[in-house]
Amino acid sequence: MTKALVRARAILRTGLDDRGLTRIETMRSDPPITLRQTAPGEIHLVSTGAGPLGGDRLRLDVEVAEGTSLTVRSIASTLVLPGTGRSLMEIHVYVASGATLVFAPEPTVLAAGCDHRMTTSIELARDASLFWREEIVFGRHGERPGRCHSRFDATVDGHPLLRQEFVVGDPETDASPAVFGTARCVGSTLITTETAAEEPKSEPREAEVAEGVAVLPLAGPGTLVSALAADAVELRHRLSWGESRVLP
Amino acid sequence: MDGLPGLLLLADSRLPAGGHAHSGGAEEACRIGAISGPEDLARFLRGRLATAGRVAAALAWSACAAADAESAWRLLDAEADARIASPAQRLASRTQGRLLVRTAKRIWPSAALAALARAVPDGAHHPIALGVAAQAAGCTPHQAAMAAAYTSVTGAATAAVRLLGLDPVTVHRVLAELPYDSVIAEQHDWSALPAHAAPALDLLAEQHLRTEVRLFVS
Amino acid sequence: MSANHDDHHDAPDGHGRALRLGIGGPVGSGKTALTAALCRSLGPSLRLGVVTNDIYTTEDADFLRRAGVIDPDRIMAVQTGCCPHTAIRDDIAANIDAVETLEERFGPLDLVIVESGGDNLTATFSRGLADRQIFVLDVSGGDKVPRKGGPGVTSADLLVVNKTDLAPMVGADLTVMSRDAAAVREGKPVLFTSIREDRGAHSVAEWVAGIVESWRHQHSHSHL
Repeated sequence: MTKALVRARAILRTGLDDRGLTRIETMRSDPPITLRQTAPGEIHLVSTGAGPLGGDRLRLDVEVAEGTSLTVRSIASTLVLPGTGRSLMEIHVYVASGATLVFAPEPTVLAAGCDHRMTTSIELARDASLFWREEIVFGRHGERPGRCHSRFDATVDGHPLLRQEFVVGDPETDASPAVFGTARCVGSTLITTETAAEEPKSEPREAEVAEGVAVLPLAGPGTLVSALAADAVELRHRLSWGESRVLP
Repeated sequence: MDGLPGLLLLADSRLPAGGHAHSGGAEEACRIGAISGPEDLARFLRGRLATAGRVAAALAWSACAAADAESAWRLLDAEADARIASPAQRLASRTQGRLLVRTAKRIWPSAALAALARAVPDGAHHPIALGVAAQAAGCTPHQAAMAAAYTSVTGAATAAVRLLGLDPVTVHRVLAELPYDSVIAEQHDWSALPAHAAPALDLLAEQHLRTEVRLFVS
Repeated sequence: MSANHDDHHDAPDGHGRALRLGIGGPVGSGKTALTAALCRSLGPSLRLGVVTNDIYTTEDADFLRRAGVIDPDRIMAVQTGCCPHTAIRDDIAANIDAVETLEERFGPLDLVIVESGGDNLTATFSRGLADRQIFVLDVSGGDKVPRKGGPGVTSADLLVVNKTDLAPMVGADLTVMSRDAAAVREGKPVLFTSIREDRGAHSVAEWVAGIVESWRHQHSHSHL
């Protein structure tokens, strides 16, 4: 009756070809995650099957080699569904010196009753560039979300840059004016750019804030755009505004 | 039990360490109407405790349990930095940490507090200052974490009483019912310390700095 | 941004640092005007710093900066979270931090003025913050205020009664104020002034110059 538990692992690695251009060295995946190359240095995550469902354990490893560029997007949003136990999505990333990773999939939607755990760990070399966007939507339209606990860790050259956890679906905190307030979506984009460091030392970066979105220069070399919104469209709009303040 | 007097002194809002001028985002939340009465305030404080309070408790536990070494304080301070995305909140945390170290050094002179002041001269993050002060005052790491969890909400609660004229007894009942123990856990690996974010607090902290009329520092 | 925390700052005896002068008093009595007047009169001869305790944001600090009586960087604003008296009496940490930051940045200084936020007749400065203090009243509060006393009126090193130009209009009898103040203050000085007419508050400035001079004598760095 219920689907068998899925354990899937996807691996993505870049390298340089003879002409010094990025090529995809390794691209392995199992359903429900499928990787598809859509352009040179661009991969789309294609969902081939529902989920993740409760009990599924998915893992994605991404390694962006020195001097290469990789963009990862997805065709559609990820709908996290209930099942037998907790679902797990684990992402491990390494971005080497002089490499660039853009990771901007469509949102993760937490369906009612789901119990999801997401962990992302990103290691950046000192002069790696990263654009990492994450969006979480609290349930489909009019739906109370299930539970989700995400943890995000990014280090640069071994030093902590950003560590963030979100817990969604806990009635104690969901509607807290200190946490999500009346929002139904939370999103953030972490941007580190090597180009900024090449420029002569300018004025210290200033934080900026607008309705539901803040551009937050971190203590380390990076900026976080953080947004709350009523729906996914508004969330993307707010994040895009913040991103454009960092990357004009 | 030896650390109990130290815990009481550190958690007391009358500790002369500058805490009375910080609202932890409550002033801005009151201004925009996100807190207008005791129910909103209770939700605000629960959320604050579960996020910023949990992180503060973990940092204070770690600082209190750590052996004194300047390099260790810098490492833990960097872990705190990575958990506070908002520059306004980092500044408020460091300001309060600096004032607490200054005060604690005179109350409980200790090599660890002196080393912390040297390691992070602009001011260590407040929960780290609190953990090291607790160590100097003879507290256990659990007591240090309790002080951090408790003070993560009391400033905001007091600010709401002052700003909205709420009944202080009602607000203290809210404080009494908060689940402090639920955010305290034994800590070992600093890189794995809790990192619960509160996006609304980040927004409130940044908006607050840009609000023309303010009574509180943060 | 912050003061360096060398241990000599913690020394309570005041060696090697500026005199810290608190200026307190009720809302609207003219504390900020007096601070500006002292900067005008004393700025040419003394190295000054000013800390304001603002009720709202940084309005007193901004007023002083606009007045152009002192280098704007030498003014620091402390916010007091609805409780101006707490910041000068019970929890002076933020004020000490501001004073030390000024000394660190611009030192050595001769005088740091700490202006309190407007409060009531019971507000006085902690000795841990201010070495000397001035309490400012104005005549429009009524000529009974000195008789009523209160810690500010009775214990301040100097009581200043401001806005004497308004006395006839508000029916305040300066003789009564002077007599009552002398009685409750047991001989400590009282000065009457109208900062609107005397923009340098010269009698007060002279008193301040005197205490700075004797502070310098008592606390000079003879051992260095």
